[in-house]
Amino acid sequence: MDSQWRPFDTYHSPFDPCPPKPKSYIVPPNQFIVFQAKGMKQFAPQEALKRGTLWPDLYSPYEAMPQGGARS
Amino acid sequence: MWIYEKKLQYPVRVSKCDPRLAKFLIEQYGGADGELAAALRYLNQRYTIPDKVIGLLTDIGTEEFAHLEMIATMVYKLTKDATPEQLKQAGLAEHYVDHGSALFYHNAAGNPWTATYIQAKGDPIADLYEDIAAEEKARATYEHIINLTDDVDIQDSLKFLREREIVHALRFREAVEMLKEYQTEKKAF
Amino acid sequence: MTTPQVPKEYYRYLHELQAMDFVCLELSLYLDTHPDDQQAIAQFNQFQRRKQVLSQQFEANFGPLKEYGNSPIGHRWTWSVGPWPWQV
Repeated sequence: MDSQWRPFDTYHSPFDPCPPKPKSYIVPPNQFIVFQAKGMKQFAPQEALKRGTLWPDLYSPYEAMPQGGARS
Repeated sequence: MWIYEKKLQYPVRVSKCDPRLAKFLIEQYGGADGELAAALRYLNQRYTIPDKVIGLLTDIGTEEFAHLEMIATMVYKLTKDATPEQLKQAGLAEHYVDHGSALFYHNAAGNPWTATYIQAKGDPIADLYEDIAAEEKARATYEHIINLTDDVDIQDSLKFLREREIVHALRFREAVEMLKEYQTEKKAF
Repeated sequence: MTTPQVPKEYYRYLHELQAMDFVCLELSLYLDTHPDDQQAIAQFNQFQRRKQVLSQQFEANFGPLKEYGNSPIGHRWTWSVGPWPWQV
């Protein structure tokens, strides 16, 4: 699990019908910037297009949740 | 005015013939946090926002139309060669009855797009916070759709769109910062 | 009548142009909130020129990209000829 993810637990009742599923949410890098600084490092054009942003500091990787829904 | 450009913003490649995915993708076409809602929300708010941030709303609003076209491309490619029977299996029979193979502005559950999805309060801070929330909600929606497909090519285009939401949200938050400063700055030309 | 398939080079040219356009778009949004960043303005100008060269090359090979007189059309009206972006 990359550093954007925040795992959390919920109460599991002995009467819950399903086995507990690990839970987590994502905090993308934009949450740690109030106002982008000038002169931040950049991706080359093709790389920028592929990643959807010109700046590595704004890039947030995302992979599909594996079957079963748990991130490890 | 607007000028159409005969190309997509980012390549859209759909590798699996899976019309079911079209039903999910339509959320970002005509859903509450979809690209149509985003474009119309920003381009409408810009008339009453302080001059400093009109450029940003115009540019992001325009980019949203490019995203709308990417989503349309995905839906089109997934449904154009589907038979009525295949559409039925994909959960699109109700769509087919009303729209045939045409695209339409509704969400994944079939609710038609409505202006009540968007807001213009005429209050710059309230409007920009709505925009920030809209971008984060769209990001979450893209994550959900990515989780529902194993087509790596369509995932690639969806990841691009997801990242754009993150950049837009930051720009809107910067716009809020700019407006905080507005009164103290002297206008000099 | 079916529109003939685009040549392989179409995708290569298009992809290069998309990358150049993307840098200009990304810098535009950045400059909307950082209008006095001179370094970004210089970079924008540099990429805007590269984008223009690539657009001209693309249009010379595959026809106009923009409507209403914003692209040269040559001697034949090919604007309304496909394939359209969602078809390729």
